[in-house]
Amino acid sequence: MKRIDRSSKVRTHFHQAKWDEPIIFELSTPGERGVSVPKAGQAVAAAVGDGVSDLPAALRRKERPALPEISQNRLLRHYLRLSQMTLGADVNIEIGQGTCTMKYSPKVNEQLAKKLWEMHPLQDEDTAQGILQIFYETDQYMREISGLDKFTFQPGGGSQAIFLMASLVRAYFESRGEDRNEVITTLYSHPSDAAAPAVTGYKIVYLQPDPETGLPDPEAFKAVCTDKTAAFMVANPEDTGLYNGQIGELVKHAHSVGALCCYDQANGNAVLGVARAKEAGFDMCHFNLHKTFSSPHGCSGPACGATGVVEKLIPFLPVPSVEYDGKKYYLDYGFADTKYGVTKVREFMGVAPVVLKAYCWIRMLGPNGLWQATKTAVLNNNYLFKRMMSIPGISAYYEDGNNQRVEQCRYTMEQVTKDTGVTSGDVQRRMMDFGMHFWTSHHPYYLPEPITLEPTESPSRKDIDEYADTVAHIIKECYEDPETVKTAPHRSTIHQVDERWMDDPEGWAITWKIYNRKYND
Amino acid sequence: MKRGFPNHPYIPNSVPEVEKEMLDFLGMKSLDDLHKNVPDALMFKGEMNIPEAFGSEYEMRRYVEELLDRDGDGKKYLNFLGAGCWQHYVPAICDEVNSRGEFLTAYGGEPYNELGRFQTQFEYQSLVAELVGMDVVNVPAIDWAQASATTCAMAQRKTGRKQIILPEILDPQKRSIIENFGRATTEFVTVACTEDGQIDLEDLKKKVGKDTAGVYFENPNYLGVIETRGEEISRIAHEAGAESLVGVDPITLGVMAPPPEYGADIVCGELQPLGIHMNYGGGLAGFMATRDEEDYVNEYPSRLFGIAPTTHPGEYGFGDVAYDRTSFGNLRDGAKEYVGTQAALWGLTAGVYLATMGPAGMEEVGQTCMQNARYAVQKLNGIKGIKANSLGGQYFKEFVVDFNATGKTVAEIQKILLSEGIFGGKDISGEFPRLGQSALYCVTEIHTQRDIDRLVNVLARVLA
Repeated sequence: MKRIDRSSKVRTHFHQAKWDEPIIFELSTPGERGVSVPKAGQAVAAAVGDGVSDLPAALRRKERPALPEISQNRLLRHYLRLSQMTLGADVNIEIGQGTCTMKYSPKVNEQLAKKLWEMHPLQDEDTAQGILQIFYETDQYMREISGLDKFTFQPGGGSQAIFLMASLVRAYFESRGEDRNEVITTLYSHPSDAAAPAVTGYKIVYLQPDPETGLPDPEAFKAVCTDKTAAFMVANPEDTGLYNGQIGELVKHAHSVGALCCYDQANGNAVLGVARAKEAGFDMCHFNLHKTFSSPHGCSGPACGATGVVEKLIPFLPVPSVEYDGKKYYLDYGFADTKYGVTKVREFMGVAPVVLKAYCWIRMLGPNGLWQATKTAVLNNNYLFKRMMSIPGISAYYEDGNNQRVEQCRYTMEQVTKDTGVTSGDVQRRMMDFGMHFWTSHHPYYLPEPITLEPTESPSRKDIDEYADTVAHIIKECYEDPETVKTAPHRSTIHQVDERWMDDPEGWAITWKIYNRKYND
Repeated sequence: MKRGFPNHPYIPNSVPEVEKEMLDFLGMKSLDDLHKNVPDALMFKGEMNIPEAFGSEYEMRRYVEELLDRDGDGKKYLNFLGAGCWQHYVPAICDEVNSRGEFLTAYGGEPYNELGRFQTQFEYQSLVAELVGMDVVNVPAIDWAQASATTCAMAQRKTGRKQIILPEILDPQKRSIIENFGRATTEFVTVACTEDGQIDLEDLKKKVGKDTAGVYFENPNYLGVIETRGEEISRIAHEAGAESLVGVDPITLGVMAPPPEYGADIVCGELQPLGIHMNYGGGLAGFMATRDEEDYVNEYPSRLFGIAPTTHPGEYGFGDVAYDRTSFGNLRDGAKEYVGTQAALWGLTAGVYLATMGPAGMEEVGQTCMQNARYAVQKLNGIKGIKANSLGGQYFKEFVVDFNATGKTVAEIQKILLSEGIFGGKDISGEFPRLGQSALYCVTEIHTQRDIDRLVNVLARVLA
């Protein structure tokens, strides 16, 4: 036989799983059962009867819910087929979800997290010393990583952590009797840096990026800092991947008008062991343990937005915290300001398994490994940047050759669009024909035809090369065969979704029953 | 100072030779060249006081296992704790599906590369909609407390009114979360509860008015009491032009009437009972549900996945419905609240659970909970000094146990039970002082007659 030709740099023959899988209700056969359910014992039933007859007639369910009836093996098959049609980071070269830090989530951590399955959050502290120690020590580690003085793990995600930071700002100023009603953020910080403080009642002031540097103009910043400014809420690096070296001066100026400074460290993978919230003068920060600290994203949660503060803000943190008296770990409520403190943002202690997974990850890296993770993530991104920028038609804003990106970059393919009419949305779909993906940007697009990439420390050089080769291959296609790109995907699970009905109340179908009601022909 | 960690198993390009080649490609001399925009003054020059890495995966596993092996849990102990996080049986298939790496490590892709994520969320929405008797269900919120906070906020925005009425009997941590979340826009008023733990209708009539956006109540409530006058509460709310907002434990709904039958406009609740382990409180996830009406749908802050055709006949496609409602859309701080990573994997899991249980399973689990709880109440009431279900109303799986006449505090009793391998119910003497020395017990389908008898025998012995 002849040697099989595998010289292509891209996966030309890739095809994603395509099962034509029905909606689960379509699998139903009356009488089939997925699991048998424990029944009350005979003596129990003899003593109390059927139990449900105690319900007043009006509160008895009259008809069983119209749930499907499916045997266990058929159910499993359904879900495993759906899993095969889901390219999670375990399957994918997951470089394309910029801002999301899609790093490898170690399997040993998943196995260890099972040990928490049956723990109840209210069980006696004496029976929870192990997990409390993990909370306590993770707090200590986060203090070292940020330089701040105390962390809470209560927020169930990054946006809830931002909401907590805004709540802490409000609590702090209320305790001082100060009336401040504005929060300043930047255009390239996460949308929640604006949306969450707005929920707490703050008016949002946006700083525009300087057209040359991409960073907020310090003079413009000073102009909006007033005695009404409650907080400066900012990511650094921002979603452009640019680290703002002037952040220390901005923070200093915000402090000079009496405002607090809140550091959204969702992009913290850029600076572990390199730069900290403390040295820049921040009063609080949050890290996403499901991003920077390796806990998996789970289709979008469960998650944890670990939030840390400086000493003077500790009394406003939610309760309880975990403390150690030299012999025993315990839940502490005593530190809290009961009048102004935030008390709670999530029930109980937060998402313990996510804290545990972050703990395990930190313990597998140690201080040198954390630094290595950041350095390799930045190295990978700069390597990818050079490869991307060599693709004709791809460029990046704010690029003067000196403006080094850290862990991610938002590229633009506006030249390709001008030349060919193919958009970044089209190229995004075409990537899926090669088993890959990228994310464009938050909305609205401040940069035209965006592509936001963040390799993290997890891919190998070969992975990055394959990714860049695939982008280059598709950009070439844009010029040579634009129709193929515009009509993509072709080898993915499904073809282009007709989204016409998504904003139409008469047409949208958010559940199967609505679909059947509206489209019953 | 030693820096870096060559050949780390999680970091392929930490291989020194590869690292050097990549630096060469970039014209850089060392890794120090990679943060040139971080000014010297902001550079961290100290050392993080974090333990050196374990030498192997085995050592880390062993260390963490030994830490956690010391802990008790609902398997090592006989558990009667509930109060917002409940021990139910988790069918194996729930864990099998939600631990699949494809789902576990997916995040924010498109329906093309993550069709399964979209379809499982759509199916979860559809399954919960059938259970709660509504049309629309959201991709999960953080927990029930956040779902109820958003439920109140949705009513406030929809009606343009500022007042929300909350029941006197409410989980204090949930009340704190709701009030903190809504403070900028909402005035919260408390309606009293009667001795039997239900909403005081006379007080409610006094409290509702032209400013009332919604009346929030739960069924069963925090102390386990089934609210039998839901229809009346909804009618009072509606007559004032307010919304009826009902929080539910969805595992009750195989036997209990779905809230829209007694007038609910927005339903919310906790998904954790539906196939999700307690996870030391990490298994929580909240949901909201409404009718398919534009002015409700437009108030959701959450993602809502809808089904749609594709360019190819016969394919199911999915996408975001009314995306610009959310803070991911074009409006940012003008959006409805904010959205972000919350608890989608638990939504997927709740979907697996409901499909696994089916209509018969949901009815059976409800019945078993009610029977076991009644058996426990009956037996506990046989012990001198104990009054189980002391509020006297109807209940599903949780009920208050009054220990006032035993001469012992709940804390003392808990300690004795713990020494016998039992987690007694939650001590609520601090939260509801008027109930004195009382505890909130939870009995579900996982409890056998022998388990309940064991609790009763221990209590009878120590209180004798």
